[in-house]
Amino acid sequence: MARKYKGIDHLTPVDRVVVGLMIAVPTLLVLWLVWVPAIGSVLLSFTNWDGIGPISSAKNVGLKNYTDVLTIYPPFVPALQHNLIWLAVMFLIATPIGMFLAVLLDREVRGSRVYQTAIYLPVVLSLALVGFIWQLIYSRDQGLINSVTGSSIDWYGDQRYNLWAALIASSWRHVGYIMLLYLAGLKGVDPTLREAAKVDGASERQTFFRVVFPVMFPINIIVLVVTVIESLRAFDLVWVINKGRNGLELISTLVTSNIVGEASRIGFGSALATFMLVISSIFIVIYLRIVMREQR
Amino acid sequence: MTRPTSEAEYLASLVPASVRGVSRRTLLRGALGAGTLLAAPSLLAACGGGGSGSSSSGGAATGTVTVGSNQSDAVPKAAIQSVMDAFQKANSGLTTKINTIDHNSFQENINNYLQGSPDDVWMWFAGYRMRFFASKGLAGDVSDVWKDLSGAGMSDALKKSSTGDDGKQYFVPSTYYPWAMFYRKSVFEKYGYTEPKTLDEFKTLGTQMKKDGLVPIAFGDKDGWPAMGTFDQLNLRVNGYDFHVNLMAGKEAWNSPKVKAVFDTWAGLLDYHQADSLGRTWQEAAQALQQKKAGTYLLGSFVAQQFGKGAEQEDLTFFNFPEIDSNVGADAIEAPIDGYMMAKRPKNEAGAKKLLAYVGSADAQNIVVKADPSVIATNDKADQAAYTSLQKKSVEFVSQAKSIAQFMDRDTRPDFASTVMIPAIQSFLKNPKDIDGLVNGIEKQKQSIFAS
Repeated sequence: MARKYKGIDHLTPVDRVVVGLMIAVPTLLVLWLVWVPAIGSVLLSFTNWDGIGPISSAKNVGLKNYTDVLTIYPPFVPALQHNLIWLAVMFLIATPIGMFLAVLLDREVRGSRVYQTAIYLPVVLSLALVGFIWQLIYSRDQGLINSVTGSSIDWYGDQRYNLWAALIASSWRHVGYIMLLYLAGLKGVDPTLREAAKVDGASERQTFFRVVFPVMFPINIIVLVVTVIESLRAFDLVWVINKGRNGLELISTLVTSNIVGEASRIGFGSALATFMLVISSIFIVIYLRIVMREQR
Repeated sequence: MTRPTSEAEYLASLVPASVRGVSRRTLLRGALGAGTLLAAPSLLAACGGGGSGSSSSGGAATGTVTVGSNQSDAVPKAAIQSVMDAFQKANSGLTTKINTIDHNSFQENINNYLQGSPDDVWMWFAGYRMRFFASKGLAGDVSDVWKDLSGAGMSDALKKSSTGDDGKQYFVPSTYYPWAMFYRKSVFEKYGYTEPKTLDEFKTLGTQMKKDGLVPIAFGDKDGWPAMGTFDQLNLRVNGYDFHVNLMAGKEAWNSPKVKAVFDTWAGLLDYHQADSLGRTWQEAAQALQQKKAGTYLLGSFVAQQFGKGAEQEDLTFFNFPEIDSNVGADAIEAPIDGYMMAKRPKNEAGAKKLLAYVGSADAQNIVVKADPSVIATNDKADQAAYTSLQKKSVEFVSQAKSIAQFMDRDTRPDFASTVMIPAIQSFLKNPKDIDGLVNGIEKQKQSIFAS
């Protein structure tokens, strides 16, 4: 049955239908699952819909939700700050640690598989479980830290500490994820490159930064994207800790507590979600520009 | 409506049936974690689902009645199970199916739940929260049931609190519980404390408790709502019941000197509260009282759930929140009513109404208050002889009160309570100094929310 492909004009009608479906079905799915909800929530953000009854009952309130968010909603500014702190910590601390561990493990130290498993283990756990595990460590009255050090700091409750406490818990998981991604990349680097560098008299450090790191460009981009995505969608952990209140506000938790709760301020919550969409878009645009430039 | 059955039969049914599996609805909790964008299509889908529905009415009630229960804690869950078992025993041909949903998840998903395919009968609260869903057309009219209940021990006051804005009844009360200052008799005896009547007396007592190494007031506000109770009590004492009701209804300004006075008084009391409250649940705070580390705890009488049955609960008692202003007095209290509502289009309307009449009856409430001694029955004919001393005291306390409020999150708009007041009170507890900024912030948000 093997026929020689002679271009799209020579496809049989059946093939055309198949190709058409193969394009149409995913396109419809993307439209329905990504674009309709995204645009829908932007449109809802201009209304005061309370989630009850038909959407047609919603009143158009113009930019009121946006001005409310920016002027009279106290949790918004802290949430924005926390999201940015979250991104910065993941990007500047957790991700480099993960990459560093990957480089160490790549050197085939004794028991490297044991370390690999140990570091990767937290990634397998759900964030709800991660929150619980760290609760055992952070708990004010029964926690490990306070029992050992004798302090009475309320790690999850005191807003001076709880963001950092949550970041440590989140990094614990993130490090393992990045480590595994990066380790896989490192294994794929052609060993002859390292040998060549060695012959040329490059030090370990020079070899990594001048030879291995540039070769790993595609992996670096993936790591970057994963870090950004993970930081922006940070939600589960803080929701498990205290529903994103009291020092742990994130935009995602504000959206949820406005929309999902009995409150049902759908319009207002959608305005918050739109802010999140805009922030995410900035990073998506940066990413696309890098990828496009790479392809050219 | 309810058939009289022997007491022995009820006693037999008190043994809780084995705990049933958690319903699939608890899965909703997991779904909360899904991306926020995904919330949009599921909401849209939920709206479409509520369209057609057939109501079966008239004739003998048979078949299955489904019950959505938010009583997910072990003690009340077993109580509900016992009531339903007794109902089935008394009504052959009718079976009940309980969907137990985690208490907080039930509240969080109530809008979707009611617009999807709700259970025939579901548990809910009196107050604004009940009237809200009634006015949105999401609850069924149960005025029929009230025709029988009124003559069977349900007071007119209860009927009033079960009535929606349109004058029809949408709610059948089951139990209620007062909020007060709880303490252990043994602790007060040991140190020779007496119940304070005024705030000054209370402060003196608190200072003494600190000297004796006790935390004067146990306190936990991790979940955001327990501190609303403190605000309510202070507002009722400082400004009185009428002002409180109007404030909750959005008719008074939050940045008025009256509300500031409430926060000022509270700021003066924070020193007596258990520190680091924002990381502590009410259960943990209640354990501080139970373990005799704290002298008092301002909470609803469900605090008893953290105490062992028998001697330990007998040791638990309470006093009214002290008077602050003698012109206002201390005769306004809070006693939230829990009960049942019916779906707009129940699949088994006759059965649902029969069940509602039963849960409002003295017989059913006897079972509940016996299984869960932290609450008291709303039906006057309920058997009070079997009450624990705490329950007896609660009945006396409630009957002496001149006015009874529900609770902040039941007396005001839910969106205002959860998205404005929880963060506001928590930020007050973190920084009690900036009261002006706090109340101005609340007032601006109130105006925006109540205008919509």
